[in-house]
Amino acid sequence: MSQLPNEKKFALELCGIDKKFGAVHANCNINLQVPTGTIHGIIGENGAGKSTLMNIIYGFYTADSGEIRIAGTARKLNSSKEAISYGIGMVHQHFMLVDNFSVLENVILGAESGGLLKTSLKKARTELERLAKEYQLDVPLDALIEDLPVGLQQRVEILKALYRGAKILILDEPTGVLTPQETDHLFKIFDALRKQGVTILLITHKLREILAATDNVSVMRQGAMVAHRKTSETDKEELAELMVGRKVRLKVEKGETKSEQVLLSTTDLTFTDEIGVDRLKKVSLSIKAGEVVGIAGVSGNGQSELMSALAGLLAPSSGQINIGDKQIDALHPSSADEVRQLGVGHIPEDRLVMGLIKSFTAEESAILGYQNSSKYNSGILNDPKMINKECARLMEEWDVRPRNPKLRSSLFSGGNQQKLIIAREVDKNPDLLLIGQPTRGVDIGAIELIHKRIIELRDQGKGILLVSVELDEILALSDRIIVMFDGHVVGEVSAAQANEKILGMMMANIMPDELLLTEQLNDGEQL
Amino acid sequence: MNDSKIPAWANMIVLPLLNIFFAFAFAAIIFIAVDVNPIEAAKVMINGALGYQEGIGYTLYYATNFIFTGLAVAVAFSAGLFNIGGEGQAYIGGLGVGLACLGLDHVLPFWAILPITMIASMLFGAAWAFIPAYLQAYRGSHIVITTIMFNFIASSLMVYLMVNVLKLDGQMAPVSRLFESNAVMPMFHEILKWFGLSFSESPMNLSFIIALFCCVLVWLLLWRTRWGYAIRAMGASPTAAEYGGINHKRLIIIVMLISGALSGMLSLNEVQGYSQQLKLDFVAGYGFTGIAVCLIGRNHPVGIILASILFGVLYQGGAELSFDFPNIDREMIQVVQGLVVLFSGALSFMLVKPAERLFVYLDEKKQSRTALKAEA
Amino acid sequence: MYESLILILDATLRVSAPLILAALAGLFSERSGIVNIALEGKILAGAFAAAATAAATGSVWLGLLAAIATSIGLSMLHGFACITHRGDQIVSGVAINMLAAGLTVSLGRYWFGLGGQTPALAETERFTSITLPGADALADIPVIGLLYSELISGHNILVYLALIMVPICWWIIFKTRFGLRLRAAGENPHAVDTAGISVAWLRYRALICAGILTGLAGAYLSTAHSAGFVANMSAGKGYIALAALIFGKWKPVPVLFGCLLFGFLDAVAIRLQGAELPIVGEIPVQAIEVLPYVLTVLLLAGFIGRAVGPKAVGIPYVKSR
Repeated sequence: MSQLPNEKKFALELCGIDKKFGAVHANCNINLQVPTGTIHGIIGENGAGKSTLMNIIYGFYTADSGEIRIAGTARKLNSSKEAISYGIGMVHQHFMLVDNFSVLENVILGAESGGLLKTSLKKARTELERLAKEYQLDVPLDALIEDLPVGLQQRVEILKALYRGAKILILDEPTGVLTPQETDHLFKIFDALRKQGVTILLITHKLREILAATDNVSVMRQGAMVAHRKTSETDKEELAELMVGRKVRLKVEKGETKSEQVLLSTTDLTFTDEIGVDRLKKVSLSIKAGEVVGIAGVSGNGQSELMSALAGLLAPSSGQINIGDKQIDALHPSSADEVRQLGVGHIPEDRLVMGLIKSFTAEESAILGYQNSSKYNSGILNDPKMINKECARLMEEWDVRPRNPKLRSSLFSGGNQQKLIIAREVDKNPDLLLIGQPTRGVDIGAIELIHKRIIELRDQGKGILLVSVELDEILALSDRIIVMFDGHVVGEVSAAQANEKILGMMMANIMPDELLLTEQLNDGEQL
Repeated sequence: MNDSKIPAWANMIVLPLLNIFFAFAFAAIIFIAVDVNPIEAAKVMINGALGYQEGIGYTLYYATNFIFTGLAVAVAFSAGLFNIGGEGQAYIGGLGVGLACLGLDHVLPFWAILPITMIASMLFGAAWAFIPAYLQAYRGSHIVITTIMFNFIASSLMVYLMVNVLKLDGQMAPVSRLFESNAVMPMFHEILKWFGLSFSESPMNLSFIIALFCCVLVWLLLWRTRWGYAIRAMGASPTAAEYGGINHKRLIIIVMLISGALSGMLSLNEVQGYSQQLKLDFVAGYGFTGIAVCLIGRNHPVGIILASILFGVLYQGGAELSFDFPNIDREMIQVVQGLVVLFSGALSFMLVKPAERLFVYLDEKKQSRTALKAEA
Repeated sequence: MYESLILILDATLRVSAPLILAALAGLFSERSGIVNIALEGKILAGAFAAAATAAATGSVWLGLLAAIATSIGLSMLHGFACITHRGDQIVSGVAINMLAAGLTVSLGRYWFGLGGQTPALAETERFTSITLPGADALADIPVIGLLYSELISGHNILVYLALIMVPICWWIIFKTRFGLRLRAAGENPHAVDTAGISVAWLRYRALICAGILTGLAGAYLSTAHSAGFVANMSAGKGYIALAALIFGKWKPVPVLFGCLLFGFLDAVAIRLQGAELPIVGEIPVQAIEVLPYVLTVLLLAGFIGRAVGPKAVGIPYVKSR
């Protein structure tokens, strides 16, 4: 770790940073010191206040009180513009890119040189070519963002920061959208940057990455900074305990699967979207009763379309879906309603946009999809008492807090929203459950509950399709794992054979050879 | 409509009142600009609208129109659709009523004609909403633009029909003949006479009761049926609605048909009640007022009734006003309307933020008080 | 036959000019993310301001400035409602239209006492046709002469301005920093915000540009095309311009063609007025009147699939947590 004589010891220092949003105390008296030229991890579960803190450092929000020192000098960060001028660059979790602009245009946005674009574009091109060589950040400069895979889009975000001369680079949950191999490459880029004296702040909830990539780690819990450690001096169990405040079970107990009948199967399922792109290419798979089939893969490889097609929301362009006796294909499209009647429950990937209605009360969200059922209606009118009673019951069974069916859905925390949705779908006793990203943005307590229940449902004989970008989750819960890439199935491995490395290769469309698979079978190692 | 932290009752009552206050304050400024004392003007308006029976009758007659168009906008709005075509839909609805009356007033008694005119007004109004609805659902054509276009088309169509087909021979004015008395809506003062009560003569008629009945029906539809749930779900979150098995395209058309039908029913009041003949431009901007009424009424039938009465006061009071103050004219009401829409629909957020802060503050105070009590 | 064609094209330009200006105004605001239903009201207000000022001061150029100032003023009100206070853009747009419709007639009645109109403008108080150099001399040359003297020469300055505005707007939107940032604000305002640029100020500036253009359109209607303001004289042109904008997929040159198409069909229809069709007989005047509106609906309906506008259009920008 090189340190030039005129560089300060700490690139960034936070003293007593405090921030409230109305009644929510997002950051309580945060103190932090980040040595220059290190990779510093900030870990905490969802809702711990990490993003708020980063947004304060980036000038997006202003802290209510406290001081920020950059390279030893106290600075007021009232806007992103000021933060950028002090050398702070941020790569957000959801990219801040304009899809129909080229890479070059995105990079110069806000850092143009002059009123005419011609000069800005020329200057940027030269500089970016230099940066690409130096840090292995190759990206086709004239390609449109919407045509680039997510991994490359992220590089554009990093280039944006470096183009503006960032010496402190903050990355918010950067690996959620990457395959394991892409993640490795990203860490190599971090290394190259570190050697040049760039300080990196890595915000994540993934314990493994902290241990793999960082020099130091700070733990946040419920808005406060609770611990600082040197990464080499700690381990997963300690960090998990610090994050949650109690001992955490990192493994899920799972019995052997005894699958029999096929509940759902697809044969050469293909879906072409309205601009002519094949999102699903001849996907053939099956789900049996009493098993969990995990679909692994980075977002955007067709998993979402697969779930929507199986749920009846997208009509197949060719190929077919068989649920029980019913066949769904291009000539016989189905509907979400019909698929529900066939005994399929759907827990969507995006709960806020699809799973419930933000402005509706909890009890109204709790009947979404089932509003026509005779249970909730008597004749022409609906039955408000029954709707209320049922919602209260679901909340009790799944520990949804607060226990108020009349509370607006948007006011529940992520974990409680998710529990309500799962409660709703499971309550109808479907034979098959389609589950997408069940624990995204959910606190650890709820994650434990949800994982436990998923295994219980499987043991009861239900068939479960689990789509998740969290490989840990896939590996922990699945009996079989199918990997998708670019709309087609790369391959299938049993849970026993699977691990990060193998899945990572498959996610990059490389089928691991027999040798590797049998080795794994012998080791039987799972994370 | 309410995604903030203030309780529902504040959203439904306090905000609309504040909005009206601001709109009227601005209107007062404009009054001053045309040399009219706003306090005097207000006195004349309120007296003219509510100070005597005939005035009240007129106020409620106007309110009837606004209830119909307000409900029409509310139903569409609940589904996320902005139906600005109330003008045209009411106009064409009137055509239906007129044709029914002209065709049947020699033949049938009133109680047989009424259901026919009601159905005709709804059918014709809905038909005029159908094409914009279809185009929005199946072609993605912006319903705001298409409904406005259909307003213009309705205008020209009615002129053509009145001038070439329906007007009385030998007359210059494009009006149809007067309906026979058995086709005309019973007036309110007549109805009260049956019960032995007296009330001054005014154009207020049976359609006021029909309008109130429609309020109940719309409330039931939106809040107590599964179709209302589907409508509100689509308006709140189209993706979630689709997930919930709700068919967008069909629902858009159904909602617009209901909306058009409600607008069409305005002509029961205007054509069958007030004019008692078919003539041009009887809608005269009531469709646009319906938008303002729906927005202050926060999309809820009760609010719409209250807002309709408010605008009824504005219209009737405004008419009185223009007698005393020649500088005030009908268009001034349009200006007030525009201000109301501007403040209610668009600036409600201006008041929501401070209101939110106030409620959060009061809430925190209450919590600390209960905490202290618990410790004691 | 050729002469008829030239005359129709001539009329096309005159009818299209306000549409082009209004559509470009819509382009600026929609590209920045603001749905501009209020084009109609801004044009109307501009028309009133131009005619009133020209009548009062005798100067048509002052009228033009007044029109631009008024339109910008209404734009700022619109912006205040939907940018600063994040109100619904369509609702505030409808409100602006109502306000404009009411205020123009009320103020007109109050100031001029003519039942809502402004006094008729004399020739000196209007924009009149400009004869380009050599038009008379060349008039007799076959083909080109007529083309030059009738079609190209002889329009008022605002028509030429409308046509020049197309490449100017194209250049601003696609070749300048302002244009890049404006387009970004309409596609992904978060990206603009995190780059340290104010989304609100960008959108306000877009509305100012829109205000200038609608002011020009309004002034055209009352001081070039006609000789004074008449109630509701915009007659839906603001909405028709929006349709042309959608038809042209938010790009200046296709939008120009959309407006010209409109103008062309309208000019043809006017020529057909009084003509007889087989079976139907004489075409009623209302059918001609109604044609632009029917065309708008057809234009909007004629798309296979949706025309995709700027991604963030219509959504008020809120800093998300």
